[in-house]
Amino acid sequence: MREYSDLIYKYTRVDHLPHIWCAGCGNGILTRDVAVAFERLKLEREKTVVVSGIGCSSRAAGYLDVNTIHTTHGRALAFATGIKLANPELHVVVITGDGDCAAIGGNHLIHAARRNIDLTAIVFNNNTYGMTGGQYSPTTPTGDKGTTAPYGNIDRAFDIARLAESSGASYTARGTAYHTLETIQAIERGILHKGFSLIDCYSVCPTYYGRKNKKGSAVDMLIWQRDHGVPRARYDALSPEERQGKFPVGILQQNDYPEFIEQYQRIIDGCETEQERSAFIHD
Amino acid sequence: MKRLLINPRFCKGCGICAAFCPKSALELKDGKAALKERCSCILCGLCEQRCPDYAIFLRDEVGA
Repeated sequence: MREYSDLIYKYTRVDHLPHIWCAGCGNGILTRDVAVAFERLKLEREKTVVVSGIGCSSRAAGYLDVNTIHTTHGRALAFATGIKLANPELHVVVITGDGDCAAIGGNHLIHAARRNIDLTAIVFNNNTYGMTGGQYSPTTPTGDKGTTAPYGNIDRAFDIARLAESSGASYTARGTAYHTLETIQAIERGILHKGFSLIDCYSVCPTYYGRKNKKGSAVDMLIWQRDHGVPRARYDALSPEERQGKFPVGILQQNDYPEFIEQYQRIIDGCETEQERSAFIHD
Repeated sequence: MKRLLINPRFCKGCGICAAFCPKSALELKDGKAALKERCSCILCGLCEQRCPDYAIFLRDEVGA
């Protein structure tokens, strides 16, 4: 008898399991959420591409059994842009971390969002650089500790979803490792959305961020997410006082800005001669 | 009929399944997830949803 579920058998490279992530790491939960979203959307594996950068989060591309590419640090969105432009039929999903997408790849993030290219970026946001030993990242809250901030981080944290929205992303959502159903739904809708979609998923890192900041075990960190994250519909019904200290989980905003590949195709279609067209298409 | 299965080879003993089991049917035994008593499990699958290691899951048992 197989020692894993049908979903895991179908969507992961089971010979690579158990995975490398620490006990209680939220990345394992979020990777499963991605697999469930693929399953629910019945995406053809041959037409699905997962692109990742570098970091704990980006190991996910190694475990998911679709077309995957593990790229250089911060550049996942740049590689994904090339893949999507070369073959717009593909569903291109980028799995990245808070450091990978907001620090090292910060410019790729804002320009992919500004361009509104039809990619789905899923951020496994664990508030630290876990793989390299717990240095503070662009999403480490002010005052929290990291290996490189032993007296507390003096920087303010990025809200990656708001950063993407203000850069022009036409779909942004919030997920957490605790709120699996809402997160799966946010990923599903992000994949279906035509345009740049970003799902900022709060992961948990009990090994570094949690330990350095006395947040307790993985269970304690998930309980914090449960008690502070409120599904969007319920959050909207709260009074401003009740919203204090809480954050909404689910879709944050969605609009229909023009999508990059459609605009690009329009230029190709407008070419009058074959010679002009060949400047765009290289077979 | 579904059945709850645990793969001790994948389990890293984080305790998430036991903490969020609505019936408190799970525990950690020698550092691995274990069912206390099968009859208290209601097969809700919340443990499977939140297991970071894919070590606990429900499966349809043919003929069971």
